[in-house]
Amino acid sequence: MSGRGGATRGLLEGGRWHFQHGPIDLIIEVEGEPVIEDCWREFQGVLPALVAELPALRQAAHRHPGVSGGIARRMLAACAPFAAERFITPMAAVAGAVADELLGACARPGVRRASINNGGDIALWLTAGTAYRIGIWSQVERLVPRAPAVSPLDALFSIDAKSPVRGVATSGWRGRSQSLGIADSVTVLARTAAAADAAATLIANAVNCDAPGILRAPAVSVKDDSDLGERLVTVAVPPLPVTAIAEALAQGRAEALRWQQRGLLEGAVLCLQGQIEIVAPVAAAPPVPVAPATAMEAA
Amino acid sequence: MNELPAGHTRIDQVSEDVEPALPRVVAGKVRCDACPVLCQISPGRSGACDRWGNVAGKLTRLESLVLTQAGEPAGGTFLTGVGAGTTYPDYKPAPFIVSSRHDDVDMVTVVTEGIFSYCSFKVKIDTDRHLGAEQSSIRHRGEIVGHVTTAEYGSQMLSIGGVHHLTGGSKKEGRATCELMAALGNKQAVEVSIDGGANLTIQAGAAPLVNGVPEQRMRVGCGSATIGIFAQQWRGLVDEVVVVDDHITGVLSEHQAGRYLGIPPSGIELKGRRSTPGRYFKVANPGVGWGGTDIQEPLSIIAGFDHSISWHGMRLLMVSTTGEHAEYFVLDEALRPQAATMPDALRTVVERIADNCEPAVATVLFVAGAGGSLRAGVTESPVELTRAIKQGRVNVTCGGAPAYVWPGGGITVMVDVARMPERSFGTVPTPAIVAPIEFTLSLDAFRDLGGHMASVQPLADVLAQQAERITRVPSVNPWPVGAKAWLG
Repeated sequence: MSGRGGATRGLLEGGRWHFQHGPIDLIIEVEGEPVIEDCWREFQGVLPALVAELPALRQAAHRHPGVSGGIARRMLAACAPFAAERFITPMAAVAGAVADELLGACARPGVRRASINNGGDIALWLTAGTAYRIGIWSQVERLVPRAPAVSPLDALFSIDAKSPVRGVATSGWRGRSQSLGIADSVTVLARTAAAADAAATLIANAVNCDAPGILRAPAVSVKDDSDLGERLVTVAVPPLPVTAIAEALAQGRAEALRWQQRGLLEGAVLCLQGQIEIVAPVAAAPPVPVAPATAMEAA
Repeated sequence: MNELPAGHTRIDQVSEDVEPALPRVVAGKVRCDACPVLCQISPGRSGACDRWGNVAGKLTRLESLVLTQAGEPAGGTFLTGVGAGTTYPDYKPAPFIVSSRHDDVDMVTVVTEGIFSYCSFKVKIDTDRHLGAEQSSIRHRGEIVGHVTTAEYGSQMLSIGGVHHLTGGSKKEGRATCELMAALGNKQAVEVSIDGGANLTIQAGAAPLVNGVPEQRMRVGCGSATIGIFAQQWRGLVDEVVVVDDHITGVLSEHQAGRYLGIPPSGIELKGRRSTPGRYFKVANPGVGWGGTDIQEPLSIIAGFDHSISWHGMRLLMVSTTGEHAEYFVLDEALRPQAATMPDALRTVVERIADNCEPAVATVLFVAGAGGSLRAGVTESPVELTRAIKQGRVNVTCGGAPAYVWPGGGITVMVDVARMPERSFGTVPTPAIVAPIEFTLSLDAFRDLGGHMASVQPLADVLAQQAERITRVPSVNPWPVGAKAWLG
């Protein structure tokens, strides 16, 4: 299905669509009016437009000269609030920004509920009375596809129409993107997927400690053209002592609270080797943690 | 910056305009044109999508899962470790632990890719040509990546890769070794040079190139063996035969075989050191000339003729152990050999030498130690896996190919890369080699050795869930499920 050349799409079970073009993988779920053709038409222009501005998008977001495309501007806008204090390039929000932009094509009258999941960075469209339940698996390898009941969910939360959250994004060293930190996953809830994506990137970078056995390598030695340049990214994390896990999660929590206080994110869930740290949304029901013991039994 | 027009029209404009403005592809990188990002990918790395990568200079689709399909049992499907991913860090269950049935017994195959630092390739090159002295270093891109090891009958042996070159030397040495190993394992042609010896191009299953010249044949035997095989057929057609060979050069009339047939002494005197009658060591130096020696002119190994024995008109055949080189001489009045046209009957026997030589090929065996932490992907008590293998309860395959399990401690396996699916090998930046490995055993045995039971999935489910990643290849191997391990 994902051949060489242009964008491709396929219908998945349950009426969901899979769109793919180069590094972009979207899972799209729309309940209501058939808007998928509009979404598909728009999708085919996404990657060429991004590629046209790629050099600018790989520059630090601080004092950035600006970009012109719709998605590119979403990316820069999402990263700019962090840029004076942290190294960040607009690329930190690329996945979330793509999801946000394409959700625009789905957000029509008659659509009850829609989601676009771009490799774990999710943009949501909710109407009154609807909600999404979102679960986190921090270590996909432990997933037991046949028996979801025993699958080791690390956290589970519900987002309803009353919540300001419309974006959920996850970052960590294991995924396709690179991280300066050691988190298995940092999931951020924010008002847009792009904002969540940028914040998750920075918080995942902050989940860190100096335990022996953690392997790091210059970003460009792992991935050509990395926007992180010579910065050291994590390539392997051994089983860590509990003190190291606690220290790393505390660093991440501090970073998450910093940005939450500025109103840049609603909440966050930080996972590191079965330990979970939750930064609850202010004045809202916190995500429900799932006991790690269950997770371990399932593995 | 001006606003670009939005929408679909921009696609064509961009894709046409972007291409010429791109920088040139940097040496060693490949440019992926699978999507508009047009990543330039360094060797051993993947592009932005992680679907395409640079594998030894070639743009390659990554992370497809390879299924081997067998004729027997009909319709059988075996999931190999190729593309499975690894268990690193090691305590996690292997990427796929699949169940299937064989002869009404529930079977489990633990499918993973191992990251191997302790691994090497043993390369057998069918030639008697001198490729380099034993223990000489083998280089790739100027870095030492292995050495010439003990020669075997009719073949030169190389040992390539290994932990000391991968991680024990400089970064550059590690990278060159890793790159070479992945290419060699993936059945690609690789170039190496041997210090004080030949330049080689080797590819698993193909004729080796020695200094750019394809090697044709493996010798039929050493010079002495060649005399032994063909003595009877030469009788009556020729008075003396010298089979030139770097190891043992044979002389028909002196050799036990010739004496037994009553062939009279010819008075020929050879250079070199006589070992036993009719068998000479070191008639010349090793090289890429006649019979693995450095000679181009065969008469140069003859010291002279005994005038009290040799005679005018005496017929002499000089031939190499592959029949590749042959010349026919007749002694003149002064007992000097003069080149003459070879009689057809004699040529037939020379051609038979060539016909009896097998084609020269380079064969590549992967040797790796799986006795370490990857066992934790199978069981919580790793030694149980090792024991079960040694007791014959677990079959071990690499990409579905049968793996010989070395006796003694650990799980040291040896497998012919020619039997493994295409692109079975990968690399990680450590640098180390990624190779598929599968352990197949009955469900009961899996439970007994403390296997990760909760992670067992039916084969059909894995196939359904991973449908997009699946590549099907015909199997050339014995069916791995239900087969006994190939124990040493």
